[in-house]
Amino acid sequence: MQKSPWIIHYDGSSCNGCDIEVLAALTPMYDVERFGVINTGNPKHADIFLITGSVNEQNKAVIKNIYDQMPNPKVVMAVGICACTGGIFRECYNVLGGPDKVIPVDLYVPGCAARPESIIDGVVKALELWEGKRRKRTGRESIQT
Amino acid sequence: MDTLTLILYVAFAPLLGGLLAGVDRRITARMQGRFGPPILQPFYDVVKLFNKENLVVRRSQTVYIIFFLAFMVFTGGIFYAGEDLLLVIFSLMLANTFLVLAAYKGSSPYSAIGAERELLQIMAYEPMVLFYVVGIYMASKTFYIETIATTQHPMLIRFLPGIFLGFLYVLTIKLRKSPFDLSTSHHGHQEIVKGITTEFTGPSLGLIEITHWYENVLLLGMVSLFFAPNLWMGAGVALAIYLLEIFIDNACARARWQFTVFSSWVVAAVLGFGNILALTLFG
Repeated sequence: MQKSPWIIHYDGSSCNGCDIEVLAALTPMYDVERFGVINTGNPKHADIFLITGSVNEQNKAVIKNIYDQMPNPKVVMAVGICACTGGIFRECYNVLGGPDKVIPVDLYVPGCAARPESIIDGVVKALELWEGKRRKRTGRESIQT
Repeated sequence: MDTLTLILYVAFAPLLGGLLAGVDRRITARMQGRFGPPILQPFYDVVKLFNKENLVVRRSQTVYIIFFLAFMVFTGGIFYAGEDLLLVIFSLMLANTFLVLAAYKGSSPYSAIGAERELLQIMAYEPMVLFYVVGIYMASKTFYIETIATTQHPMLIRFLPGIFLGFLYVLTIKLRKSPFDLSTSHHGHQEIVKGITTEFTGPSLGLIEITHWYENVLLLGMVSLFFAPNLWMGAGVALAIYLLEIFIDNACARARWQFTVFSSWVVAAVLGFGNILALTLFG
């Protein structure tokens, strides 16, 4: 099991509800850093791409770009119902739907807004996926930690 | 030449430096009312980084990082082998130059600003570091660290209180702690993302981490040299100073480069040069 997930958080066109919950996970109340989680803000350092909100014509290219800048192995997590399906915005003229319309998404964390507990749960699930991808990439069984 | 301490440094400095970084992160978390990551977290991070892909803008940037590591190990090696203190200072400078060159190779705006700020930081701390060498020489009459460390003489800090305090001031810059973590920071977000390390991924970022561990152990060694010949006491004081730096890191906001450079120069002129002047006049 991998112990150092670094996250990049991108707000698609979220109402900010899920973003606040993502950042709440970093506060003393939930303190995700105890699992080694760092909110990097830099795609080149990140392992997990955490997207909140739906994707629209404006940010389609941005999401694609961030995804391409992340080094392998990487996991994409859609947080909140808007990021899963487009949510209440799905019928807006400029909304494409969730980020899975642009890049491959590995994990969906539903909720409006997604609770910090479920976000942390999602990150822990993402770790298992990350470990699987690493094994596929390097062909080695486990990291020696 | 003390081969044993040299081998101990090359083999165990990353271990000690990594543990220090882990304790640093835990204490920082406690100061912020959080539980904090495991003490071994920095090692988990580096192992993970070596399992990631090495995405580069230009292949030569990794080469510069390898030189950064090599010269840092060389610098610490000659320090702990008890060789010439002047050589230590100059090769430390060279090692840092490789990091700046590597960051310029990244050619993104963030890493370029990080590199510019690193140059400003070097400009800020270098005068005080030179006064450190001059002061140690004037107090002990030799540049050879082994002679300084083993000869029986009154503790160096009794002659160098000003230089000690001035060195502590620039140590905050060298350890990349707030208020002087301009070029890159230990903490997640910064106004220039990760500054000088922005363009490094996976293994090369891991190498930068390991180099910082080597560097931190070297810097703490330089602090403890003030307490020669009583080096164990020096090591204790160096650790206490590291704790003080963690406190300063958490208590301060990031300063602007103008303040960083000019305050360091004022400190070097008043405490560093003042101390040397006093030694010349009354020593």
